[in-house]
Amino acid sequence: MADEEVELSDEQKKEIAKWFLLNAPAGEIQFVAKDVKKILNDDELYHEAASEAFPQYNKSHMICIEMPGRVGDVIITPFNELEENEFLDPRTAQVAIIDNIKQVCTEVRHALDEELPSAYVEEFRYAVDMEVSRYVGEAYPKGVCSVYCVNGKDAEGPESDFELAVVIAAARHSPQNFCNGSWRSTWNIEFKSDFQSLEIKGKMQVGAHYFEEGNVQLDAKHECNDSTVLQAPEDCAAAIANIIRHHEAEYLVSLETSYSNLPDTTFKDLRRKLPVTRTLFPWHNTSQFSLTRDIAKELGIGK
Amino acid sequence: MEAAMGLMRRMPPKHSETALSALLTLLPHHSSDLLSQVDQPLQVICDVDNGKEFILCEYNRDADSYRSPWSNKYHPPLEDGAMPSIELRKLEIEANEVFTIYRDQYYEGGISSVYMWEDDEESFVGCFLIKKDGSKTGHGRRGFLQEGAWDAIHVIEVRLEDEGTASYCLTSTVMLSLTTDNNAAGTFSLSGSIRRQMKMKLSVAEGHLCNMGRMIEEMESKLRNSLDQVYFGKTKEMVCTLRPPSEVVHMKLPDK
Repeated sequence: MADEEVELSDEQKKEIAKWFLLNAPAGEIQFVAKDVKKILNDDELYHEAASEAFPQYNKSHMICIEMPGRVGDVIITPFNELEENEFLDPRTAQVAIIDNIKQVCTEVRHALDEELPSAYVEEFRYAVDMEVSRYVGEAYPKGVCSVYCVNGKDAEGPESDFELAVVIAAARHSPQNFCNGSWRSTWNIEFKSDFQSLEIKGKMQVGAHYFEEGNVQLDAKHECNDSTVLQAPEDCAAAIANIIRHHEAEYLVSLETSYSNLPDTTFKDLRRKLPVTRTLFPWHNTSQFSLTRDIAKELGIGK
Repeated sequence: MEAAMGLMRRMPPKHSETALSALLTLLPHHSSDLLSQVDQPLQVICDVDNGKEFILCEYNRDADSYRSPWSNKYHPPLEDGAMPSIELRKLEIEANEVFTIYRDQYYEGGISSVYMWEDDEESFVGCFLIKKDGSKTGHGRRGFLQEGAWDAIHVIEVRLEDEGTASYCLTSTVMLSLTTDNNAAGTFSLSGSIRRQMKMKLSVAEGHLCNMGRMIEEMESKLRNSLDQVYFGKTKEMVCTLRPPSEVVHMKLPDK
């Protein structure tokens, strides 16, 4: 770039601002936004960056927004996005119109018929939603979930393929305890009529940030696959919920194993708790080292 | 500056280099403040005289050159580069030798450098640096880590007091990141940085190096411990708050 040394172009500044916003830990984008705004010192430019970064952040973090009028919550995901600020809540057949930057829902409207799946697909979607909701209620103290049809929503009968996406999100923000975290998982389920089977692909992502006198972050991801047979909606739903439950429980166990491996294996490769000699370093008697080194030098061994 | 430091406290520590360079481009007139207040992963170059690697930092830099603790020469060469006094250089040489052994015993690899300089007549400063690549491809003895970095910066101010004592003020920063990756558990990555201070008044009977060394050893153990127990522990606690593990127990029963 020719003008690199002169002055950063607005476009470059905006990209940097977006980078900071998108890298905000779960639940912290508003704090990051405040700092970014101060640093940019250009409200117009900040607004441009924010209006590009927030929609992306909200979807990738799958944030949960309350709809007015006690209708319930809507999850912001790539799967239920109708417009940049319109998200479908299939459970209530409502569309939430949101303000991405303020992260609030400004109004709701009824979903149009063409925005909803066919009765055939809805029967499956509804059954899966019921089963997964029950599981999420049991497993996550503050979890939310939703089920969307992401492909073939107009499928009319057992001969046609379609795809559902199950989204589970749980977030905990406790800035007073200097800690934030989020769990997000998405399960894509392909209903394949040819093989009378369901192909399931799962993605789980966990983040945590602890920042009392320091900055420590966990970032963990895992993907997995599974399959089951195509059956009646209720049976499919029960099978899907079981598969999700099984994989998520297993993943949690593997996270705990990763943590318990830290002190004695993983962390040891960075720095040991005690020296290889298993006693504190002999600072009072370091002359022994130069002595042995002198001998080594004389004998021509060592470095 | 306050906003910039606020951002550094929130950005993922493993991206701290990117975050710092982004801030430097946005706030060029704050660059010296940023560089002195934001800790960043240590850089290493090779001493042309003896092929040994040494660590770069603000304390061995003069203009665009860095002084090697091994040959005492600036890289790239620099005329009239700042040098410690002959006496202090002696202590620096000894400190580098001993610290190499200390580092090897605790880290089983890695690189270390110690730099000393006079502050005024009654005081001097020592900077002890350690960089360790604990990944499989680096110096990880056990081969558990896809990626693993530990950078430790210890800056210790020594002020001579009356009656054979000296006061020591140690400021230590540790930055680390570790990633494990396998099919069964996916990618698991922890990264962080913490900074602590320790002050002591000690007799110099056993020498400055002995006092500084003990303080650094104690501090490193404390930092390692609080990262391991407190900081990593808190993130684990968070995971278990999001999805409590008790459910795992009674869910496994009907399965088998």
